[in-house]
Amino acid sequence: MSVVEIKGVTKTFAQGNVTALEDIDLELEPGEFVSLIGPSGCGKSTLLRVIGDLTPPTSGSVTVNGKPARQARNDGDYGIVFQDAVLFDWRTVAKNIALPLEMLGWDRDRRKARVETMLDLVELRGFADHHPWQLSGGMQQRVSIARALAFEPALLLMDEPFGALDEMTRERLNLELLSIWEKLGSTVVFVTHSISEAVFLSTRVVVMSPRPGRIAGHVAIDLPFPRTVETREDPRFFELVTKVRELLRRRGEHLLPEEEELLEADR
Amino acid sequence: MKRIGEWVPALVVFAVVIAAWEGAISAFHIQQFLLPRPSDIVKTFWTARHSLWPAGWYTFKEALGGFAIGSGLGIVFATLVGRFKNVGTAVMPIAIAANAVPIIAFAPIFGAWFGEVSPHSKMAIAAVLCFLPVMVNTLRGLQSASPRQIELMRSYAASELEIWRRVRVPTALPFVFTALKVASVLAMIGAIVGEYFGGAFNALGVLINNGAQIFDFVTAWAGILVASLLGLALYGAVAGAERLVVRWAPDMRDA
Repeated sequence: MSVVEIKGVTKTFAQGNVTALEDIDLELEPGEFVSLIGPSGCGKSTLLRVIGDLTPPTSGSVTVNGKPARQARNDGDYGIVFQDAVLFDWRTVAKNIALPLEMLGWDRDRRKARVETMLDLVELRGFADHHPWQLSGGMQQRVSIARALAFEPALLLMDEPFGALDEMTRERLNLELLSIWEKLGSTVVFVTHSISEAVFLSTRVVVMSPRPGRIAGHVAIDLPFPRTVETREDPRFFELVTKVRELLRRRGEHLLPEEEELLEADR
Repeated sequence: MKRIGEWVPALVVFAVVIAAWEGAISAFHIQQFLLPRPSDIVKTFWTARHSLWPAGWYTFKEALGGFAIGSGLGIVFATLVGRFKNVGTAVMPIAIAANAVPIIAFAPIFGAWFGEVSPHSKMAIAAVLCFLPVMVNTLRGLQSASPRQIELMRSYAASELEIWRRVRVPTALPFVFTALKVASVLAMIGAIVGEYFGGAFNALGVLINNGAQIFDFVTAWAGILVASLLGLALYGAVAGAERLVVRWAPDMRDA
């Protein structure tokens, strides 16, 4: 069963009569790490919000874990991470991570145990009683990831989570995220506008084109796991980066039939 | 928490101002009824303590009552206005306009409504003075909740009530305390000015007013000293509560 199944989703915003998404079909298999990439205005963040039922599609259907998106949200089937960490300043690190657990009605002992596991996972042991403003941007984002994963959702939605961080921190967090993903085996939808980040992290890159937001193509990433610092120097890595870049450049143009075939073979 | 050392400059300036005041009176032969010496004011503060201090306490209770009623209503009202958007759009422009009305001008009218001598009319003035700043600030606080935080709560299928409890109210608290500090000062002003238009014979405002009318300015000044100390005490109590409750606010952080 697919974790996410999107069928014919169109999203128009009444304000300014903008078509953010047009006729999107997308399926995610369990354990996939899928990046959505595209220039700004291609609707990749909107697509993520539609999956999370944070904004309703104008038409089409979205199912998550075989359920309508609304019910999946109510059942706590996904965790979400935004570009900024969106931590609550009045809560300590531990209490920020425990927030979704409180919402799910976990008792204190169970919350405490899980928070400790999560702190270990994101390597923030010892920072439980700190407040968010006492942490660096990278640490804050790790808290945010720990919070999103605390209740072990089958699906993790990430909206440019490392976009505001410096390159060094970003690359380190990429590695950390991959090791967490390999440990937990959750399905990830990752929105980014960095080609190398998308290729490095994903099992599949979905390239989107703007106005209206459409899927321009898919690129399967066959780089071996575990991915390491060397992966970025692998010739195959550069080939895939080039492939994604070309798909991005071709946006707006119609694909030739043989190109379509090539893309099909890629999937 | 500010360290003791940080208070030294302020204390030095205070001491210099008092010394200059004392010295100027000797040097320029300023008459006692125009400006009494600080030392005489403090002396009167002590010798007249049996009338001044109970009067201060009497007025302080009026201020405290007005502060509690006005601020309480301000918070309740802001919550209602914040909860129902339509009420907000209808009421807020009026509230902001009303904030510009010199409410103290209503003091004589309140005397007629609640009894000229009664402490209730002073409480009413203090309450009205406190109400608007607390209401406007609390509402602004409730409306400043981060849309992202609300979206995050939605992703947890949080109800409106939970979003209020876990996002809107904590976001509003620093705003509320800022308003309460302003209100604590306004409450004291309201109570004393209210008493200028008539009050119990043992009220601080009446004592100050009478002192000034019979050219007993030292007593008036000593009364003002009592009023200032009580106003500071109320302000300090609110600031202390703020320090306990909203330790996360940017200007409270001691990281």
